[in-house]
Amino acid sequence: MNAAGGTLRMIEQALAVLRPLHLQVRDDSHLHAGHAGARDGGGHYHLDIVSEQFAGRTAVARHRQVYAALGSLMGHSIHALAIQAWAPGERPVTASPSTTLSAKED
Amino acid sequence: MDIRDVIQNQIGSHPVVLYMKGSADFPQCGFSANAVRLLRSCGVDQIHTVDVLQDPAIRQGIKEFSNWPTVPQLYVNGEFVGGSDIMTEMYQSGELAALLKPAH
Repeated sequence: MNAAGGTLRMIEQALAVLRPLHLQVRDDSHLHAGHAGARDGGGHYHLDIVSEQFAGRTAVARHRQVYAALGSLMGHSIHALAIQAWAPGERPVTASPSTTLSAKED
Repeated sequence: MDIRDVIQNQIGSHPVVLYMKGSADFPQCGFSANAVRLLRSCGVDQIHTVDVLQDPAIRQGIKEFSNWPTVPQLYVNGEFVGGSDIMTEMYQSGELAALLKPAH
């Protein structure tokens, strides 16, 4: 397993505390290679997650829940993270193409 | 001056403050570039930007101040709004324009 695949798996494992009903983590690092802001290392990832724990919460609160779950991965293995965080029933069917390492859907 | 005071002063002195990588004209990160583009699309021409790449103390300090681990970060009227994704969602829903209308 390469390093990028390892980080994807670590992200998925860390997010398990949010009991996601749907989880897609995509490595977008290749889109950002070499830019000045990425010099400190770590990859760029895209997260598409559905959890009941987001229900009734603002976008800021949801992102903070994700950041809290990821803990020290943020800023180390993860340089940048785009987040789409949905409560059940909110996620549009057109969201996120399925170019992911793994996906779990109920 | 404590870094928290520096930040408090910045967000208190300007209605729209964007902490970003690079400048509005030369963003050094795609997310920061997106944030600038959204603000301009909402008619904010004079964006007060703070380039975190120029100041390690601000770069670390703003993450702790906002309890938010990434940059860009938008403040409007002294209140934390969010990062690039939240700005995009708010732009698409019209909330961002509504929030910014009285602020510039």
